[in-house]
Amino acid sequence: MSDASPTLRAWLTAEVTTSARQARIQSFYYGWLRLRANPLALIGLLILLGLVVVAICAPLIAPVGPNDQDLMRRLAPPSGVHWFGTDELGRDVFARVVYGSRITLYISFLVAIIAAPIGLAVGTTAGYFGGWTDTVLMRINDIFLSFPGLILALGFVAALGSGIENAVIAIALTAWPPIARLARAETLTIRASDYIAAVRIQGASSARIILRHIVPMCVPSVVVRITLNMAGIILTAAGLGFLGLGAQPPLPEWGAMLSTGRQYMLGAWWIAAMPGLAILLTSLAFNLFGDGLRDVLDPRSE
Amino acid sequence: MTETPQLQVEDLHVRFRTPQRIVHAVRGVTFQVGREKVGIVGESGSGKSQTGRAILKLTPPNGTVTAKRLQFQELDIAAASERAMLKVRGRRISMIMQDPKHALDPVMRVGAQIAEAIPADQKLSAAERRERVMAMLEAVHIRNPARVHELYPHEVSGGMGQRVMIAMMLMAEPDLLIADEPTSALDVTVRMQVLAILDDLVTRRGLGLIFISHDLNLVATFCDRVLIMYAGRIVEECAAAELADAKHPYTRGLLASLPRIGSRHQKLAVLNRDPAWLDG
Amino acid sequence: MGDTAMISVNNLRVSFGSGANAVQAVDGVSFSVGQGETYGLVGESGCGKSTILRALCGLNPNWSGDVVIGGETMLPLRTRSFYRRVQMVFQDPYGSLHPRHTVNTTLSEPLAIHGMGDADARIARVLVEVGLGPAFRYRYPHQLSGGQRQRLAIARALILEPQVLLLDEPTSALDVSVQAEILNLLVDLRARLGLTCILVSHDLAVVAHMCDRLAVMNAGRVMEELPVAALEDDSASHPYTRQLLAASLGYDRRLATGAVEDIDG
Repeated sequence: MSDASPTLRAWLTAEVTTSARQARIQSFYYGWLRLRANPLALIGLLILLGLVVVAICAPLIAPVGPNDQDLMRRLAPPSGVHWFGTDELGRDVFARVVYGSRITLYISFLVAIIAAPIGLAVGTTAGYFGGWTDTVLMRINDIFLSFPGLILALGFVAALGSGIENAVIAIALTAWPPIARLARAETLTIRASDYIAAVRIQGASSARIILRHIVPMCVPSVVVRITLNMAGIILTAAGLGFLGLGAQPPLPEWGAMLSTGRQYMLGAWWIAAMPGLAILLTSLAFNLFGDGLRDVLDPRSE
Repeated sequence: MTETPQLQVEDLHVRFRTPQRIVHAVRGVTFQVGREKVGIVGESGSGKSQTGRAILKLTPPNGTVTAKRLQFQELDIAAASERAMLKVRGRRISMIMQDPKHALDPVMRVGAQIAEAIPADQKLSAAERRERVMAMLEAVHIRNPARVHELYPHEVSGGMGQRVMIAMMLMAEPDLLIADEPTSALDVTVRMQVLAILDDLVTRRGLGLIFISHDLNLVATFCDRVLIMYAGRIVEECAAAELADAKHPYTRGLLASLPRIGSRHQKLAVLNRDPAWLDG
Repeated sequence: MGDTAMISVNNLRVSFGSGANAVQAVDGVSFSVGQGETYGLVGESGCGKSTILRALCGLNPNWSGDVVIGGETMLPLRTRSFYRRVQMVFQDPYGSLHPRHTVNTTLSEPLAIHGMGDADARIARVLVEVGLGPAFRYRYPHQLSGGQRQRLAIARALILEPQVLLLDEPTSALDVSVQAEILNLLVDLRARLGLTCILVSHDLAVVAHMCDRLAVMNAGRVMEELPVAALEDDSASHPYTRQLLAASLGYDRRLATGAVEDIDG
């Protein structure tokens, strides 16, 4: 961005914005400048972008298909041909890890777009109305929060049956309560502000106040929260896969790969270690990026 | 005021680095403070608060302070280390902030907090300490010191909190007091009381007082001398009693823009800022 | 003010909390404001003056008494049409504007709520009216100075073309030079639009500048109601009014020593 032409830069930093689009792009630009100043967040972002590229271009990157077996070369250690070695069926671990990124991103994306709106809706409603609404919604929330995420997800999967879609639903059901708590806490402070009073005395309905005035103020911290929680979501997904309740064989899901690799741990460490490293790297990237995002988006830090 | 001044400030600059640009908040300020009440008046962003903070080296970390001379009694503040400043802050120079609620520890009784301000080198028994605190509470005109002694900060009113702050500041017997808008969070009647206490301190104990405020009427009636700041510079300095006859167009503009009892339905004069003021 | 009263308040009471902790914030206040008049409520913080405004504009439904605005008796819950007739400007322009809404969004919101068409022209017109102009239309509040924010807050109140404007310390968060600009703007708009106003302030000079009549409040009650002329010829009689009056002139050594004696622990 440092080589942006002077006119573009002038447009981006103009004191007088002349259109709604420019005003919006400008605030993004300043956010980007702040993110850029944080090298760790940038590393996290680059890893995540890399992961997306890998997932999209998986067939180009992987030398063979994820399920191509070569029983003559089972349990081969990492080498020039098989970068991450091969597993017990002679499948290329590198190819499986590369294809596995698709599943991981699919799960995290779906969980995020299911859990965030539920959490936001419950939290802002409870916070804005208070009273009985608040009590009922928050007690339900507490029930969900009182179980460890993985156990709760296990229970749901057990009820719904195993498979990726059910794993997504189960994880989303465990992921919304912390977001609802956060949104409620934010709403309580926002509700008392003068700009909400101002829109109330314009005659706005409660739904309008929540949707157009409170939710936009909560979104940044919710985005940060869900990014930071993403590491946990990926681990839960991997955990379900590991326990055989998430993605089913032969899908190259990282947790499931880790689980099968466990049996060959002593002789062929790479089968478990490579997907394990991939999980570690992705969780770390989400955490670093989330931290950086918080500095950019959190209204309190402005 | 023939004796050497308590505080000498010469060509003080404070600059802040922001992502967008460097902000030059204080641009070459020179003044002295003796055993008197010096008012610094200006609008928000004029650099008056940053001037006060720079004297105590309390400038936020993204700011840099330079000065030809920043001398408090025998101490060269400009060259003083952070450790040396720790011995100055709150002991020889004290600061009173706008809102006492933020400056008091919420989980500690008022009396105990004031007692904490007693210099550590004074070896006193618990009873003696308590006596000192009570005397100080009385000195700031708190009528029922025994009761206030046992209160928590959230249990005292704004005016009382500000008096507790002053009592705390005075415990260490400072020579210079920097008060940054000490009364603007207070009601007018309480404001009078707090000001009277500050006034007494200067006249009886011989303190130097820097009174930072945006309120022209108040500074004109309370202080001995007034410095008017605009955009980081002192544009005018005059005796407080002569503020009404100020010469600088900025000062005159500010005075003219004040609504008065008797100005009903007239148009108030609006300040037209002359770019030339920025240079002096 | 024998002519028709635009606002008449009779025995207004507002309390906060309940049981033993109940605080009577407004304790039986009555006054009336004529059509086109600006009425001042003066007092120190916590005297109940802002609470009265919040009850009048419908932000706080927990009040009792008789309130008639524009011939219509008010119920605790207001209809949508009420808000088109009564609007309010808040004290702190930094807190009363949505930080993530541009000027344009802030001003189009009330129009959308009331289904008023021709939004584009209305916004452009009100921006000129409050002295901001079209260049400000796509800025965020953090790009505006305190005075510009307060102009925007006034524009937001006026865009619904109300008859009554409630002003809650509209200039106390502003510098004096900016205060003069905003007061001039309010005087100008009031005359041009024929607004009926209630101005709440702790600053006697501001109220004396803007109003014709005022009530001096203390501890939820009206101490004295008087014409501003009584302040001008120094004939106000109530001791509390005299105290406020003296304090508004600045520091007075003799007065202060007197005040010190009054301190209660």
